[in-house]
Amino acid sequence: MGKFYPILSGLLFGAGLAISGMMDPLRVRGFLDIFGAWDPTLAFVMGGALLVMALAWLIQRRMERSLDGSTFDLPGTRLIDTRLIAGSAMFGIGWGIAGLCPGPAIASLATSFVPAIVFVAAMLAGMALFRVTLGRN
Amino acid sequence: MIAEYFPDAMPLQGLIGGALIGLAAAVFLIGSGRIAGISGLFARSTLAGSFDLSALLFTVSLVGGAALVSLFGGGVAQTFPDHWGYLVAGGLVVGFGTRLGSGCTSGHGVCGMSRLSKRSITATVSFMAAGMATVLAMRALGLEWM
Repeated sequence: MGKFYPILSGLLFGAGLAISGMMDPLRVRGFLDIFGAWDPTLAFVMGGALLVMALAWLIQRRMERSLDGSTFDLPGTRLIDTRLIAGSAMFGIGWGIAGLCPGPAIASLATSFVPAIVFVAAMLAGMALFRVTLGRN
Repeated sequence: MIAEYFPDAMPLQGLIGGALIGLAAAVFLIGSGRIAGISGLFARSTLAGSFDLSALLFTVSLVGGAALVSLFGGGVAQTFPDHWGYLVAGGLVVGFGTRLGSGCTSGHGVCGMSRLSKRSITATVSFMAAGMATVLAMRALGLEWM
Protein backbone atom coordinates (compact mmCIF):
# COMPACT_ATOMS: atom_id res chain seq x y z
CA MET A 1 0.00 0.00 0.00
CA GLY A 2 1.21 3.49 -0.84
CA LYS A 3 2.20 5.98 1.83
CA PHE A 4 0.90 9.14 0.18
CA TYR A 5 -2.86 8.73 0.70
CA PRO A 6 -2.71 7.74 4.42
CA ILE A 7 -0.52 10.80 5.10
CA LEU A 8 -2.77 13.18 3.12
CA SER A 9 -5.88 11.70 4.73
CA GLY A 10 -4.43 12.02 8.24
CA LEU A 11 -3.41 15.66 7.68
CA LEU A 12 -6.89 16.56 6.36
CA PHE A 13 -8.60 14.67 9.17
CA GLY A 14 -6.54 16.40 11.87
CA ALA A 15 -7.10 19.81 10.29
CA GLY A 16 -10.84 19.14 10.01
CA LEU A 17 -11.08 18.13 13.66
CA ALA A 18 -9.19 21.26 14.77
CA ILE A 19 -11.31 23.63 12.64
CA SER A 20 -14.64 22.01 13.52
CA GLY A 21 -14.40 22.54 17.28
CA MET A 22 -14.55 18.77 17.85
CA MET A 23 -11.20 18.76 19.65
CA ASP A 24 -12.89 20.56 22.56
CA PRO A 25 -14.22 17.93 25.00
CA LEU A 26 -16.51 20.53 26.57
CA ARG A 27 -18.16 21.26 23.20
CA VAL A 28 -18.58 17.56 22.34
CA ARG A 29 -20.14 16.99 25.75
CA GLY A 30 -22.37 19.98 25.02
CA PHE A 31 -23.78 18.05 22.05
CA LEU A 32 -24.49 15.02 24.22
CA ASP A 33 -26.11 17.24 26.87
CA ILE A 34 -29.57 17.32 25.24
CA PHE A 35 -31.36 18.36 28.44
CA GLY A 36 -28.81 21.06 29.30
CA ALA A 37 -27.23 23.88 27.27
CA TRP A 38 -27.30 21.85 24.04
CA ASP A 39 -24.59 22.68 21.49
CA PRO A 40 -25.57 21.46 17.97
CA THR A 41 -22.10 21.98 16.42
CA LEU A 42 -21.36 18.24 16.21
CA ALA A 43 -24.48 17.75 14.05
CA PHE A 44 -23.10 20.27 11.52
CA VAL A 45 -19.73 18.48 11.53
CA MET A 46 -21.39 15.12 10.95
CA GLY A 47 -23.59 16.63 8.22
CA GLY A 48 -20.64 18.13 6.35
CA ALA A 49 -18.64 14.91 6.61
CA LEU A 50 -21.53 12.66 5.53
CA LEU A 51 -22.27 14.83 2.49
CA VAL A 52 -18.70 14.62 1.15
CA MET A 53 -18.28 10.96 2.04
CA ALA A 54 -21.58 9.98 0.39
CA LEU A 55 -20.21 11.43 -2.86
CA ALA A 56 -17.02 9.42 -2.36
CA TRP A 57 -19.04 6.19 -2.11
CA LEU A 58 -20.75 7.04 -5.42
CA ILE A 59 -17.33 7.44 -7.05
CA GLN A 60 -15.95 4.30 -5.37
CA ARG A 61 -18.75 2.17 -6.87
CA ARG A 62 -17.46 2.95 -10.36
CA MET A 63 -13.86 2.03 -9.54
CA GLU A 64 -12.20 -1.37 -9.93
CA ARG A 65 -9.20 -0.53 -7.77
CA SER A 66 -8.15 2.30 -5.47
CA LEU A 67 -5.80 5.00 -6.79
CA ASP A 68 -2.75 3.27 -5.27
CA GLY A 69 -3.59 0.18 -7.30
CA SER A 70 -4.77 -2.06 -4.45
CA THR A 71 -8.11 -3.86 -4.30
CA PHE A 72 -10.76 -2.36 -2.03
CA ASP A 73 -10.61 -3.82 1.47
CA LEU A 74 -13.96 -2.86 2.97
CA PRO A 75 -16.04 -4.27 5.85
CA GLY A 76 -18.38 -6.85 4.37
CA THR A 77 -20.25 -7.91 7.47
CA ARG A 78 -23.85 -6.83 7.95
CA LEU A 79 -24.20 -8.61 11.27
CA ILE A 80 -26.03 -6.64 13.96
CA ASP A 81 -25.22 -8.52 17.16
CA THR A 82 -24.61 -8.05 20.87
CA ARG A 83 -20.92 -7.28 20.31
CA LEU A 84 -21.77 -4.38 17.99
CA ILE A 85 -24.44 -2.88 20.23
CA ALA A 86 -22.74 -3.48 23.59
CA GLY A 87 -19.35 -2.34 22.28
CA SER A 88 -20.82 0.83 20.78
CA ALA A 89 -22.74 1.53 24.00
CA MET A 90 -19.52 1.10 26.00
CA PHE A 91 -17.76 3.50 23.63
CA GLY A 92 -20.63 5.99 24.11
CA ILE A 93 -20.28 5.79 27.88
CA GLY A 94 -16.57 6.60 27.68
CA TRP A 95 -17.29 9.36 25.16
CA GLY A 96 -19.78 10.88 27.60
CA ILE A 97 -17.44 10.57 30.59
CA ALA A 98 -14.48 12.40 29.03
CA GLY A 99 -15.95 14.18 25.98
CA LEU A 100 -13.35 12.46 23.80
CA CYS A 101 -13.53 9.90 21.02
CA PRO A 102 -10.38 8.38 19.44
CA GLY A 103 -9.77 10.96 16.67
CA PRO A 104 -9.91 14.15 18.76
CA ALA A 105 -8.00 12.43 21.59
CA ILE A 106 -5.09 11.50 19.31
CA ALA A 107 -5.16 14.90 17.53
CA SER A 108 -4.97 16.59 20.96
CA LEU A 109 -1.49 15.14 21.45
CA ALA A 110 -0.47 18.16 19.33
CA THR A 111 -2.22 20.77 21.44
CA SER A 112 -2.87 19.53 25.00
CA PHE A 113 -0.30 16.81 25.47
CA VAL A 114 -0.75 15.90 29.14
CA PRO A 115 -4.52 15.24 29.28
CA ALA A 116 -4.40 13.75 25.76
CA ILE A 117 -1.65 11.24 26.56
CA VAL A 118 -3.47 10.16 29.75
CA PHE A 119 -6.62 9.42 27.74
CA VAL A 120 -4.78 7.84 24.78
CA ALA A 121 -2.69 5.59 27.07
CA ALA A 122 -5.87 4.45 28.86
CA MET A 123 -7.54 3.87 25.48
CA LEU A 124 -4.61 1.73 24.35
CA ALA A 125 -4.83 -0.26 27.60
CA GLY A 126 -8.56 -0.78 26.94
CA MET A 127 -7.80 -2.05 23.43
CA ALA A 128 -5.10 -4.39 24.73
CA LEU A 129 -7.48 -5.65 27.42
CA PHE A 130 -10.09 -6.37 24.75
CA ARG A 131 -7.56 -8.31 22.71
CA VAL A 132 -6.61 -10.64 25.59
CA THR A 133 -10.22 -11.16 26.70
CA LEU A 134 -12.88 -11.00 23.98
CA GLY A 135 -10.62 -10.54 20.93
CA ARG A 136 -11.10 -13.13 18.20
CA ASN A 137 -7.71 -12.96 16.55
CA MET B 1 -31.33 31.80 14.07
CA ILE B 2 -28.87 29.20 15.30
CA ALA B 3 -26.78 31.89 17.00
CA GLU B 4 -29.90 33.18 18.73
CA TYR B 5 -30.91 29.87 20.28
CA PHE B 6 -27.47 28.30 20.67
CA PRO B 7 -24.96 31.07 21.48
CA ASP B 8 -22.00 28.67 21.74
CA ALA B 9 -22.62 26.83 18.46
CA MET B 10 -20.15 27.13 15.55
CA PRO B 11 -22.26 25.96 12.59
CA LEU B 12 -19.97 27.35 9.86
CA GLN B 13 -16.71 26.03 11.33
CA GLY B 14 -18.55 22.78 11.99
CA LEU B 15 -19.63 22.42 8.37
CA ILE B 16 -16.21 23.36 6.97
CA GLY B 17 -14.32 21.15 9.42
CA GLY B 18 -16.83 18.37 8.82
CA ALA B 19 -16.40 18.62 5.05
CA LEU B 20 -12.61 18.35 5.55
CA ILE B 21 -13.15 15.23 7.69
CA GLY B 22 -15.35 13.80 4.92
CA LEU B 23 -12.67 14.65 2.36
CA ALA B 24 -10.05 12.92 4.53
CA ALA B 25 -12.17 9.76 4.69
CA ALA B 26 -12.78 10.04 0.92
CA VAL B 27 -9.02 10.26 0.23
CA PHE B 28 -8.44 7.14 2.34
CA LEU B 29 -11.24 5.24 0.59
CA ILE B 30 -10.50 6.23 -2.97
CA GLY B 31 -6.72 6.50 -2.56
CA SER B 32 -5.97 3.50 -0.33
CA GLY B 33 -9.14 1.46 -0.75
CA ARG B 34 -9.93 1.28 2.95
CA ILE B 35 -12.15 2.75 5.67
CA ALA B 36 -10.71 5.67 7.68
CA GLY B 37 -11.81 4.28 11.03
CA ILE B 38 -9.56 5.88 13.62
CA SER B 39 -10.01 3.36 16.45
CA GLY B 40 -9.02 0.52 14.11
CA LEU B 41 -6.15 2.45 12.52
CA PHE B 42 -4.86 3.44 15.96
CA ALA B 43 -4.95 -0.19 17.13
CA ARG B 44 -3.02 -1.20 14.01
CA SER B 45 -0.53 1.67 14.62
CA THR B 46 0.38 0.48 18.07
CA LEU B 47 -0.53 -3.08 19.04
CA ALA B 48 1.94 -5.77 18.02
CA GLY B 49 0.53 -8.55 15.89
CA SER B 50 -1.58 -6.32 13.67
CA PHE B 51 0.95 -3.57 13.00
CA ASP B 52 0.46 -1.70 9.74
CA LEU B 53 2.79 1.10 8.56
CA SER B 54 0.12 2.99 6.61
CA ALA B 55 -2.06 3.04 9.73
CA LEU B 56 0.82 4.53 11.72
CA LEU B 57 1.45 7.14 9.00
CA PHE B 58 -2.24 8.10 9.14
CA THR B 59 -2.18 8.39 12.95
CA VAL B 60 0.99 10.52 13.01
CA SER B 61 -0.38 12.75 10.22
CA LEU B 62 -3.61 13.20 12.17
CA VAL B 63 -1.56 14.78 14.97
CA GLY B 64 0.35 16.79 12.34
CA GLY B 65 -2.83 18.19 10.75
CA ALA B 66 -4.13 19.37 14.11
CA ALA B 67 -0.69 20.86 14.93
CA LEU B 68 -0.64 22.84 11.67
CA VAL B 69 -4.10 24.35 12.24
CA SER B 70 -3.19 25.19 15.82
CA LEU B 71 0.12 26.76 14.74
CA PHE B 72 -1.24 28.88 11.90
CA GLY B 73 -4.75 29.41 13.26
CA GLY B 74 -3.78 30.76 16.66
CA GLY B 75 -4.45 27.70 18.80
CA VAL B 76 -7.40 25.38 19.34
CA ALA B 77 -9.92 26.05 22.12
CA GLN B 78 -10.07 23.05 24.48
CA THR B 79 -11.43 22.38 27.94
CA PHE B 80 -10.56 18.99 29.43
CA PRO B 81 -11.92 17.31 32.58
CA ASP B 82 -10.30 18.79 35.66
CA HIS B 83 -9.62 15.33 37.11
CA TRP B 84 -7.52 12.56 35.56
CA GLY B 85 -9.99 9.96 36.77
CA TYR B 86 -12.42 10.97 34.01
CA LEU B 87 -9.69 10.71 31.37
CA VAL B 88 -8.51 7.29 32.56
CA ALA B 89 -12.02 5.83 32.98
CA GLY B 90 -13.21 7.32 29.68
CA GLY B 91 -10.12 6.16 27.78
CA LEU B 92 -10.33 2.57 29.06
CA VAL B 93 -14.01 2.20 28.16
CA VAL B 94 -13.54 3.91 24.76
CA GLY B 95 -10.60 1.61 23.93
CA PHE B 96 -12.41 -1.60 24.90
CA GLY B 97 -15.78 -0.56 23.47
CA THR B 98 -14.51 0.59 20.07
CA ARG B 99 -12.76 -2.76 19.53
CA LEU B 100 -15.78 -4.78 20.69
CA GLY B 101 -18.10 -2.68 18.52
CA SER B 102 -15.60 -2.58 15.59
CA GLY B 103 -15.56 1.20 15.22
CA CYS B 104 -16.10 4.71 16.49
CA THR B 105 -17.37 8.08 15.28
CA SER B 106 -15.19 7.98 12.15
CA GLY B 107 -15.59 4.37 11.01
CA HIS B 108 -19.26 3.81 11.88
CA GLY B 109 -20.40 7.44 12.10
CA VAL B 110 -18.81 9.02 9.01
CA CYS B 111 -17.76 6.12 6.75
CA GLY B 112 -20.49 3.58 7.55
CA MET B 113 -23.50 5.87 7.80
CA SER B 114 -22.63 7.63 4.51
CA ARG B 115 -22.76 4.17 2.91
CA LEU B 116 -26.20 3.63 4.54
CA SER B 117 -24.86 0.58 6.40
CA LYS B 118 -27.55 -0.61 8.84
CA ARG B 119 -24.80 -2.02 11.03
CA SER B 120 -23.07 1.37 11.30
CA ILE B 121 -26.34 3.25 11.79
CA THR B 122 -27.18 0.87 14.66
CA ALA B 123 -23.72 1.41 16.18
CA THR B 124 -24.00 5.21 15.88
CA VAL B 125 -27.47 5.32 17.46
CA SER B 126 -26.11 3.09 20.23
CA PHE B 127 -23.04 5.20 21.08
CA MET B 128 -24.88 8.51 20.78
CA ALA B 129 -27.72 7.33 23.05
CA ALA B 130 -25.21 5.92 25.55
CA GLY B 131 -23.21 9.16 25.48
CA MET B 132 -26.31 11.27 26.10
CA ALA B 133 -27.47 8.96 28.91
CA THR B 134 -24.00 9.11 30.48
CA VAL B 135 -23.88 12.92 30.54
CA LEU B 136 -27.39 12.98 32.03
CA ALA B 137 -26.51 10.34 34.65
CA MET B 138 -23.30 12.14 35.61
CA ARG B 139 -25.24 15.35 36.22
CA ALA B 140 -27.80 13.49 38.34
CA LEU B 141 -24.94 12.02 40.40
CA GLY B 142 -23.21 15.39 40.77
CA LEU B 143 -20.20 14.28 38.67
CA GLU B 144 -19.71 17.55 36.77
CA TRP B 145 -16.12 17.70 35.59
CA MET B 146 -15.69 21.45 35.43
